[in-house]
Amino acid sequence: MVEKHYIHHTINKEEKVISIREVYKSFGELDVLKGVNLDVYKGENIVVLGRSGTGKSVLIKLLVGLLVQDKGTVNVLGQEVSKLKEKDLNALRLRIGFSFQNSALYDSMNIRQNLEFPLVMNRKHLTKKEVDMAVDEVLDAVGLKDKKEQLPSDLSGGQRKRIGIARTLILKPEIMLYDEPTSGLDPITSTEINELINEVQEQYNTSSIIITHDLTCAKATADRVAMLLDGTFASVGSFEEVFAIQEERIQSFYNYNFVK
Amino acid sequence: MFFTRSRPKRYVFSKGIDDMLIGVYNAYLFVGRFFRELFRSPLHIRVVIDQCFEVGLRSLTLITLTGFVTGVVFTKQSRPSLEVFGAASWLPSLISIALVRALGSLVTALICAGKVGSSIGAELGSMRVTEQIDAMEVSAVNPFKYLVVTRVLATTIAVPILSLYCTFVGLLGSYMNVHAHEDTSFISFFENGFSTLSFIDLFTAVFKSILFGFTIGIIGTYKGYNATQGTRGVGRAANQAVVLSMFLIFIEEIVVVQVSNWIKFF
Ligand SMILES: Nc1ncnc2c1ncn2[C@@H]1O[C@H](COP(=O)(O)OP(=O)(O)OP(=O)(O)O)[C@@H](O)[C@H]1O
Ligand SMILES: [Mg+2]
Repeated sequence: MVEKHYIHHTINKEEKVISIREVYKSFGELDVLKGVNLDVYKGENIVVLGRSGTGKSVLIKLLVGLLVQDKGTVNVLGQEVSKLKEKDLNALRLRIGFSFQNSALYDSMNIRQNLEFPLVMNRKHLTKKEVDMAVDEVLDAVGLKDKKEQLPSDLSGGQRKRIGIARTLILKPEIMLYDEPTSGLDPITSTEINELINEVQEQYNTSSIIITHDLTCAKATADRVAMLLDGTFASVGSFEEVFAIQEERIQSFYNYNFVK
Repeated sequence: MFFTRSRPKRYVFSKGIDDMLIGVYNAYLFVGRFFRELFRSPLHIRVVIDQCFEVGLRSLTLITLTGFVTGVVFTKQSRPSLEVFGAASWLPSLISIALVRALGSLVTALICAGKVGSSIGAELGSMRVTEQIDAMEVSAVNPFKYLVVTRVLATTIAVPILSLYCTFVGLLGSYMNVHAHEDTSFISFFENGFSTLSFIDLFTAVFKSILFGFTIGIIGTYKGYNATQGTRGVGRAANQAVVLSMFLIFIEEIVVVQVSNWIKFF
């Protein structure tokens, strides 16, 4: 398995970019998050693990204000998300990249238009040429330069995922949120995505939350791992630390991933 | 834990009535939001124009056909009854009144509700369930402005234009039928037709079709924007958009006609 190693990159343990405190969230009678706490440091990749339906996607939606918690505080880049006015929230959103579980590409637009959209709508001073260059740069980063004029429906699931990531990279975010970046992909493509995640971290010094079920992805990308069980983080630490804990549910998560 | 104990739900009236009232309230909020967002920049004029063309292109063939056939058939069917009274010369007036006051805008609105309303409902519905609307939101683009306001504006602008066009095509169809029987010139057909129409008639017709256009847009976007439950929800959004907007169009037609009659009376 690929271990993580840095060439030149430091995690600044002094600077918190995300701070989640005692967060609760329910949908009707379904209590999803029950007192979640988590800190993410500058330049760090943190992997959130947890079974399907435990509220991982809900958690990162709170960070960009797509959902609002019932209780607790969510602080991102020094600002409390639920208290922000629309204008400030949008300013914050521009500093966060959110890559959706199902890519969420605009299917009425081709790939180029998809990638341009965040730029054209938010950076109106850019010239056509600058936009084109930015598009080429992110397409290069995800290795799909030849697909520019195709529609999302013409791409495979893995390619769509990569375009989804490219679309979030185009605004050069300080924080990246990846919702299951490798699910449903073959091992080789998954490895490429893992490498991409690490490259983004090193190149742009981004902090990331990576949601996944895939322990290979977790091991390859994580500086720390957080295990979501029953609406709270049961344990947070390095990959080895978390899976050294002799808790039945953590161990079975491990065992099902690596059939022994 | 595998079982969650569910508290019995209480309703003010009954499930059906409560849901309906909540629906009406939500639609009211949606319309309110539309007017609030309408007056805030940016307006995305390009998208509005594109959407106007979409509305036109989607419905033009059907409107042309229906308008024309309505004109021809209506004239053909009315002629014998009028001839009984020796009043065949009133045909242009009769047809103009029928087309301008009622049929032109109504036919157009119903066709647009079917073709445009359903496609707006389906488009926004699928954007909602595949999280494209959320994606827009996290790229700091207001999806309500970009998707809803633009489409509602487009239908509000395009439907009246299409209604005028439909009325014109209907009159043309009627003229062709009249012309086949009597040697009426195009000009005198129109002069004859419009002599019986008052300003209130024309004004009401235009006002009505603006209202219909707005209704089609707002119901289509409301249903699509609030779609839930995956692909099934998309179909339902499209379907409900058509049914609800047709229903409202009929109600509006009746109310507007009633009000304009009162105005004429005074
Ligand atoms: N908008 C919503 N309305 C109602 N319920 C919701 C909503 N979003 C999520 N839920 C519920 O919250 C729970 C957690 O959902 P979430 O999408 O966060 O799961 P997840 O951990 O991301 O799972 P997966 O790994 O399958 O993606 C689910 O039971 C889901 O049904
Ligand atoms: Mg999820």
